[in-house]
Amino acid sequence: MTHFLVTRILSAMLAILGVICLVFLLIHLIPGDPVEVMLGESAQPTDKESLRHALGLNLPLHQQWWIYFKGLLHLDLGTSLFSGRAIVDLLIERIPATLYLSLVSLIVAIGLALPLGLVAAVRQHTPLDYGAMGFALFGMSIPNFWMGPLLILVGALWLGWFPVSGQEGWNSVVLPALTLGTAMAAILARMIRSSVLEVLGEDFMRTARAKGLSSTRAVLHHALPNALLPILTLLGLQLGGLLGGAVITETVFAWPGLGLLMIEAIQQRDYPVVQAAVLCISVTYIMVNLLTDLLYAWLDPRIQFTTD
Amino acid sequence: MRLWLPLSIVASWAFLAIFLPLFSLTPDAIDLTNILSPPSLEHWLGHDDLGRPVADRLISGAQTSFFVSLCVVALGVSLGGILGVSSAYLSGWVDAVFVRMVDIMLAFPGLLLAIALAGALGPGIGNVILALGIVGWVGYARLARGQVLALKHADHVLAAQAIGAPPWRIILRHLLPLIMAPLIVEASFGIAGAIIAEAGLSFLGLGVQPPAASWGSMIRDGTRYMLVAPHLVIFPGLTLMAVVLAANMLGDWLRDRLDVKEQSSRRKS
Repeated sequence: MTHFLVTRILSAMLAILGVICLVFLLIHLIPGDPVEVMLGESAQPTDKESLRHALGLNLPLHQQWWIYFKGLLHLDLGTSLFSGRAIVDLLIERIPATLYLSLVSLIVAIGLALPLGLVAAVRQHTPLDYGAMGFALFGMSIPNFWMGPLLILVGALWLGWFPVSGQEGWNSVVLPALTLGTAMAAILARMIRSSVLEVLGEDFMRTARAKGLSSTRAVLHHALPNALLPILTLLGLQLGGLLGGAVITETVFAWPGLGLLMIEAIQQRDYPVVQAAVLCISVTYIMVNLLTDLLYAWLDPRIQFTTD
Repeated sequence: MRLWLPLSIVASWAFLAIFLPLFSLTPDAIDLTNILSPPSLEHWLGHDDLGRPVADRLISGAQTSFFVSLCVVALGVSLGGILGVSSAYLSGWVDAVFVRMVDIMLAFPGLLLAIALAGALGPGIGNVILALGIVGWVGYARLARGQVLALKHADHVLAAQAIGAPPWRIILRHLLPLIMAPLIVEASFGIAGAIIAEAGLSFLGLGVQPPAASWGSMIRDGTRYMLVAPHLVIFPGLTLMAVVLAANMLGDWLRDRLDVKEQSSRRKS
């Protein structure tokens, strides 16, 4: 167990280090002179030189990396070229909105996927099953940048129940959370179905039925808890899709989170902010996966962990 | 039904994309008398904010998505396949480095890295393919590696080694043919993912540039006129969804047909 703990944490730290390297290199992928791209061709040579110095782009690559890395250790992500503010402050401002949206979307996703997956598994090969899985296939195939505008059209413009965009009032989260949550629910429902199906064939399910439990009780108290365990790690992985999809969904709804910050920064050619946003989201993703893995190990002591 | 409906959708998508030059379409023709005009008998799908025919632009967008998704999947399968197979077969430090590399790539949430890459590289169809390809190879590589690990001690591989076959020959003749089925299944889901990803990048303004048409940029442009001309958003979205749904259904069908176990590594935007 300790061995698992240590290797898992070490590999997460290694992944974070790798992510830092890739994010650092991002600015060097810009074709041509990055300073010229950021400031525009008409910028004064002195301005260009001072930005080059500020970003350390005149130094050799390994020195640049070391400076970038030291900055990160001090939580110094540089300043935004567009607003001139410290990037850390920008991130802190935007994180709550993304966190809130992700959390509500997660609740929507679980609330939709749990009954769908469960019913589909218990009533396998019935119209209920086909209906639930059909919904899942649809949910997987509807891109969120189409579902978002459709929800705006119906829920905001036609019915007028929800605001079109932004984060004002309690009900502004409904449409973006539905957009993100449905996409996630589709994949989740498929997983829950196959996981429950697997458990339904176990010996202890027959025992539960044999000792006289109603089938509802047997499914809810014996099958579901065992089926949910493997879902947990997949849920962590799914969160990556959620965070990636949140970038587009936040753009659709002008939701003031990290994703929108990143897209705005790309449009303003404010690359230090782009780097910081990518880093922030990716590190969150790594940490969430680490936590779900540890939680899984803690919840299910049967599992023998291998370090592949 | 499970095969023919999705197959016909995907086939017509491919047909329209490949033979686009044969139809006399005018996706860029501006007609100021027809701005935002709704669907009519002459123009089935109406006109957009510049009076361009939506139907023609949809077909032109089909070509964009077809070209991009085909290139992205081809790039991903060949690069990922080669890297994954050689890593598993050579094992040792090569494999250890490879596994770390894959772990780092997977540490980024799916589409996020592609958006950042496309943002850094700048807009344009070539950069979209590059960005999605860089992100996309990882899944195939991991799949190929896992398959080869399970196969490399099989009797026929040992026999080939015993008669002195060189590694490249063993990989090409004795391993690759056996791992094609799961790769093909993964690739068909990959097509669906790449179509959505291309449209997503174009929706964000990071894909093909105007006046070229993409389903994603058509949806983005249409959202501005949603109340007066909802057809500008509805038709490109419906087309996109139909093709993606068909590709996913084909993938499901192929998986059942080729008897491949479901992969949990699948990503979605």
